[in-house]
Parts: sequence; C-alpha cells; structure tokens
Amino acid sequence: MPHPLLETRDLTVRFGGHVAVDHISCSFNAGELTAIVGPNGAGKTTYFNLISGQIGATEGTVQLNGHDITRMSVAQRTHRGLGRAFQLTNLFPDLNVLENVRLVIQSKAKRGFNMFSLASSHDDLTAPAMEIVERVRLGDQTQQVVSELSHGDQRKLEVALLIALDPLVYMFDEPTAGMSVDEAPIVLELIAELKARTDRAILLVEHKMDVIRTLADRIIVLHNGALAADGDPATVMASDVVQEAYMGRDLELADG
Amino acid sequence: MLNTILSGDLPRSKVLAAMLVAILVCLALAPFIFPGVRSVDTAARICIFIVLVASYDLLLGYGGIVSFAHTMFFGMGAYGVALSSKHMGAGFDALAIGAASGALLAALLALVIGLFSLRVRAIFFAMITLAVASAVAVLVSQLSGITGGEDGLSFKIPRALGPAFKFADIELFGVKMNGKLLKYYLVFFSCLILFLLMLRIVHSPFGRVLLAIRENDFRAEAIGYRVVHYRVAATCLSAAIAALAGALYAIWLRYVGPDTTLSMELMIDILLMVVIGGMGTMYGAVIGATIFVLAQNYLQNLLNVAGQAVADVPLLPQLLNADRWLLWLGVLFILSIYFFPTGIVGRLRKGN
Ligand SMILES: Nc1ncnc2c1ncn2[C@@H]1O[C@H](COP(=O)(O)OP(=O)(O)OP(=O)(O)O)[C@@H](O)[C@H]1O
Ligand SMILES: [Mg+2]
Repeated sequence: MPHPLLETRDLTVRFGGHVAVDHISCSFNAGELTAIVGPNGAGKTTYFNLISGQIGATEGTVQLNGHDITRMSVAQRTHRGLGRAFQLTNLFPDLNVLENVRLVIQSKAKRGFNMFSLASSHDDLTAPAMEIVERVRLGDQTQQVVSELSHGDQRKLEVALLIALDPLVYMFDEPTAGMSVDEAPIVLELIAELKARTDRAILLVEHKMDVIRTLADRIIVLHNGALAADGDPATVMASDVVQEAYMGRDLELADG
Repeated sequence: MLNTILSGDLPRSKVLAAMLVAILVCLALAPFIFPGVRSVDTAARICIFIVLVASYDLLLGYGGIVSFAHTMFFGMGAYGVALSSKHMGAGFDALAIGAASGALLAALLALVIGLFSLRVRAIFFAMITLAVASAVAVLVSQLSGITGGEDGLSFKIPRALGPAFKFADIELFGVKMNGKLLKYYLVFFSCLILFLLMLRIVHSPFGRVLLAIRENDFRAEAIGYRVVHYRVAATCLSAAIAALAGALYAIWLRYVGPDTTLSMELMIDILLMVVIGGMGTMYGAVIGATIFVLAQNYLQNLLNVAGQAVADVPLLPQLLNADRWLLWLGVLFILSIYFFPTGIVGRLRKGN
C-alpha cells in the first residue's frame, strides 16, 4: 500500500480575478511517477510554484510526508524534501558546472554557515558533486562557466542540481524542453533511474506523449487551473477531457 | 603555505601579483623606506582603508547588497575606542574594550537593520541604511556632550604607542625605535590579519553561498539556502570588520570626529575605491584603496609641480592649479571606470 508523500488540499491561487490554480486536491505516492499534462497556461508551473513555495497559496494546504508545509519558506521546504528543476533554466551563470552542483550538496550538508574553512577543502562535498556531474555527462566541462554552456548542457545541469538535492519529491518541469533529439534521452534515462527508487515520488510536467507513455505510472490533467482528469495513462489518454483539452494540438497525443 | 594564507586565491595575473607584492612590501617597511610623518601617515591610512573597502566589498561585491551605512559602522568602532579611552583613561584595555564593543554594537545594529529590511528587498536595505546613517550622523553632532559634536573627540592612547616611548636605544636606518613605530605596526598587522580573514571568508562555504545568492538568489533559496539569513550574516560581518577598521583609525589619529568617520563623502570614497579596484575580488580593495589614498594625498603636490612646469603656457597653469585637484581626481575616476568597467583587478585578470 503506497503512502502519499505529497498531498495538496484545495490548493488555490488567484492573481487578481484570474484563478490560476483552482482547488486542486491530489496526492502523490512514493514509488510513483505522475505526469502532469495540460495546454499552455493550464497552471502546471503555477501548481509547482505553490508546492515548492515560490508563490503563496490563496487557499488550501500542502502536506509533505504528513506535515503541513503551506506556511514554510522555499528553503525550509527544500530541507524537508521538496526538490524542483525549473522550466526556464535557472542556474548560477558565472560559476562553473562543478560549483553549481557542489553548492547543492553543501546545502544538503548544512555547511553554508561555515566561514573559516576553505570551500575547496571539503572533499566530502566535492566528490559526490563530481559524481553527479559525470552522471549527467558533463564530466568534461566541470570547470566551464555555466553561461558558456550550450542550451542542452544547461538543461542537463538543471537536472543535475535536482539529482544532487535528492529530495523525497522530485519535481521536473518540462526537463527536455528545447533539447536536441540526441540529448533528451540522457535526461529521460536519468529520470527512469530515479523511478527505481521506491521511496521517492516524481512529478513530471511534460508535453511529449511518447515520454509520458514510457515513464508515467499515472497522469493528471490540468485545465484552466483545475484538475480535469486523474488516473492510469491508458484511461486518461482515452478520456474526453484530454481529447478536448488538447483539441487542435493533439497530434502529440495521437501518435506519440 | 602561501596558498593557505591566501585561501587559495592567487592573484592570477603577473602584473597584479607584482602590484600586490609591491604594496605589501611598501606598507610593511613604510617607516623605513618612507620616513617622515606625512608618508607614514599615508601608509597607515592605506592599511586601514584597505580593510574598510574590503569589508564593503564583502557586502557589495560578494553579497550584492548596497549599503550606505558603512561609514556609520566605521564610526562606531572609532567612537567606541575614543569613548572608552576618555572614560577609562588611556590603556590597552580601553582600546580593546572600545574596539570590541564598537564591533559588537555595529554587528547588532546591522542585524536589526538587516532583519527589518533585507526580508523585503535588497533595494529597501539601501534606503534604510541611508536613512539610519544620516540619522546617526545628525545624532552624533547633536549629542555634543558625549560625542564632542562637530569638533569630535581627542583622546590619549597608551604611552607605549606614543613617540615618547623608546623601546630600544638604537636607530635602525635612521628610524627611532619608539611607540609611534609600534603603533604603525599595530595598525599594519591588525589590518593584514583582518584582510586575510576576509579573504578566507569569501573562499569559505559561506562565501560561496554569498556568490550563489548574488548570481541567482531565487535558485539559491530553492536549493535550500535561506537567502535572508545569509544576507543578514554578511551584513553583520561586514559591519563588525568596518568597526574594527574604525577603531584602528581612531587609535592612529588619536582623534575621532564626524568628518573623519561618518561623512557621506567618505561613503562615496569607499564606493569609488571598490569600483576602481574591482568588485568581488578582495584584491580590488587593496589596489583601489592604495591608488585612491595616494591620489588624495599627493595629487595636489603633483599638480603644483606640473603647474609650475607649464607656467608660461596660457590656460594650462590655471587648469593645473593645485586647487583643482578634486576635479582631476574626478576625471581620473571617470576614465578608470570607462576603461576598466570590471575594475583594475578584473581588467588585469582578464588580460591573462
Ligand atoms: N505571477 C503571476 N502573476 C499573474 N499571472 C500569473 C502568474 N504566474 C502565472 N500566471 C498565469 O497563470 C496561468 C498559468 O500559468 P502557468 O505558467 O502555470 O502555465 P503552464 O501550465 O505552466 O503553461 P506552459 O505549458 O506554457 O508552461 C497563466 O495564465 C499565467 O499567465
Ligand atoms: Mg509551465
């Protein structure tokens, strides 16, 4: 019996009169990869922002591992086990690849307030950072400044930061957007590897249906900010809501 | 060894390394190489301003935080030493207590200002510091019973730091072994230690977090760093070190007053020194402070000489009049910022 790691209850946010996320109640279990789909502007990223705390909820709560985290800061939620990779690449542009990842490991080790030792002397932080950099195939570019990386490599690093955080709940927001056909599989493989960890929950916002088909255990559909469908992939994809929600752009759905 | 002392931050440019070594040697041997009251005084000022500017760089260059209260913190250390020496009498205990309480108060005030304003937005912090610093400056000049008002306070320091105290009956290279010399080296070594300490801090795990926050505070928070806490901590550190620099300045001058420690002009000087030297480099503070203090002290002389040299040419002597030194200083800064937008250190490192 899987237990919910993450649960949102009536989670809502209004921007002026516009309800971007509308009373979404949903729970996410350990060992499960949930794909979140919906047309552009459906509220997927905003839903993520509410969960990870970048935006405060107008209404409703977020529970992580049975604790209410609705009022917590972003950093607190991160330490509780929420991790997020961003739709728009969001890195430390003037630092090098290794340092980007090392900073995450350092945060996890809670050594940020260590003021009198040399950062470079903490080998126990550098070593795992190096390992992750290699896992995302950036091993040749450890010393490269991030702003000089190709878009694809920046996307890989974006994923690397999340893997370095190793949260209880992984949140990927279109991780392969804009990646070339030979680069995307590297990221998808990494996500597939994470799926093998039965004590983690994975949330994946994704447009590409072939990806969803191979990875997802479950699909939820957002439409105009509300939860429009929720279930196993085959059922949801066949449902009317999905057909409607994707009207006009359902090619991806149809032939994956 | 050198690597450890410099916290792994080697100059990474031959010219820069040469400049730094030259400055270090000149400051270390100033009383012997440049005897004379005025030049030793300039050397001591350079030492103190290096620390003051570096502590501002810690905030601005590493933390990305703009503050206008740095001279206020500087002044708290200076007034701390002056007041304790006045009330406890001249003594090393008075100096230590004054410096420590000045630094502590500066850190506490920075904490309060930081907690109030850094939660909102970094720009709000700049405005609050401006307001608080102006208020404190007014307060200091009004409370003349305690602070000496606009006249400031002169005070006595331990005899061991005065010219009357001879600790050896010899002259080394024509320099008397007296308390004045000891005082110079007290300033020099304190500043050296404080500078190396800051160099260490910026290369510590904490320093890396500051860099991360400066680069992208949104993501820094998302990977688990409470941005506000780090910004506040950097503010407190920077304030405490500025106060210690202020304490040294007061000890050196045996005087403290609003003009020497609290003025807005001084604040602008600090900003200029950081920018000219190169923000976020620490070594920029060394270069910036040295050039600035030298220019401030010797530009007038230089102009005098130049003015006399062209005495027969029309117009030029008027332009090179020593009274125009401030104008020329301004021109120098505009040129240096135009040609070295990343500061001298940034420029030298890129050249490699
Ligand atoms: N901070 C904000 N202020 C006002 N409106 C916002 C804000 N953030 C999001 N919105 C609005 O909320 C709606 C949902 O946006 P969101 O980015 O969550 O969509 P999405 O499902 O992630 O779309 P996409 O597939 O394009 O990434 C949009 O109409 C957007 O304009
Ligand atoms: Mg989105």
